[in-house]
Amino acid sequence: MHRLTEFIVGLVFGLGLMLSGMTDPGKVLGFLDLFGQWDPSLAFVMGGAIVVGFFAFALAKKRTNNFLGGALNLPKSTMIEKRLVIGSLLFGAGWGLAGFCPGPALVSMATGQEKALIFVAAMLLGMVGFELIERK
Amino acid sequence: MTIDWSHFTPWASLAGGVLLGLASALFILLNGRILGISGILGGLIPPKRHDAAWRLAFLAGIFAAPWVFMAVAPSSLVTAPRIDADVILLVIAGLLVGLGTRYGSGCTSGHGVCGLARLSPRSLVATLAFMAAGFAVVFVVRHLL
Repeated sequence: MHRLTEFIVGLVFGLGLMLSGMTDPGKVLGFLDLFGQWDPSLAFVMGGAIVVGFFAFALAKKRTNNFLGGALNLPKSTMIEKRLVIGSLLFGAGWGLAGFCPGPALVSMATGQEKALIFVAAMLLGMVGFELIERK
Repeated sequence: MTIDWSHFTPWASLAGGVLLGLASALFILLNGRILGISGILGGLIPPKRHDAAWRLAFLAGIFAAPWVFMAVAPSSLVTAPRIDADVILLVIAGLLVGLGTRYGSGCTSGHGVCGLARLSPRSLVATLAFMAAGFAVVFVVRHLL
């Protein structure tokens, strides 16, 4: 049952990315180009997602287990550390360079898009790098 | 600032956003997990016993999405992605995104959607940071270089 819901959630999420325009780096960069020809569409993506998510998380906060009976894991950390900020700045810089964030890159890769494949390979390498640095 | 009306797609983007919110809602309520792509992917490096199957099931759904979308969506909504970055830029960007999202414990989905939706101050800081960096980099690349 869980494997099925995880698959469906991934599918719905991927469909949302396609429909929203997030899988088009040109559109993402159009949103990030505040001082050029600005395409505000991505603000609508965030807005729609956050409003729906708000009600779900309000409900989730009142529960200790999920509706299928397993654990419900909400993040516990509230610390705002240097690594959170520096990591996010690095991520944002990469996002601004190519217009890909992790989800849309995976979706684009699945269609056989060669440039997305190169991006994902480098992204995985970056993640491996993180694991190696962390484990030293 | 001028608005790029020719590429502006408020309704499709809003509807897509609602689907992202719906997926995040289903994930926390049915599976009890935060829908964060970088975390789901990063947790597979290396894969751990009893912790890989759910990640792979989710990723299978992600990989199936474009095929389902192309089969059901009207052709007006299926647009070819515009990827201007060359190979070197894609590699640099990918490395930064991979390293940065793991250090920052999340990306646009985990912090930007789930984190903001659950009113997490930590995710707000992360989202402001990656947005600011994104705006800054695009400004430098498009208007200064």
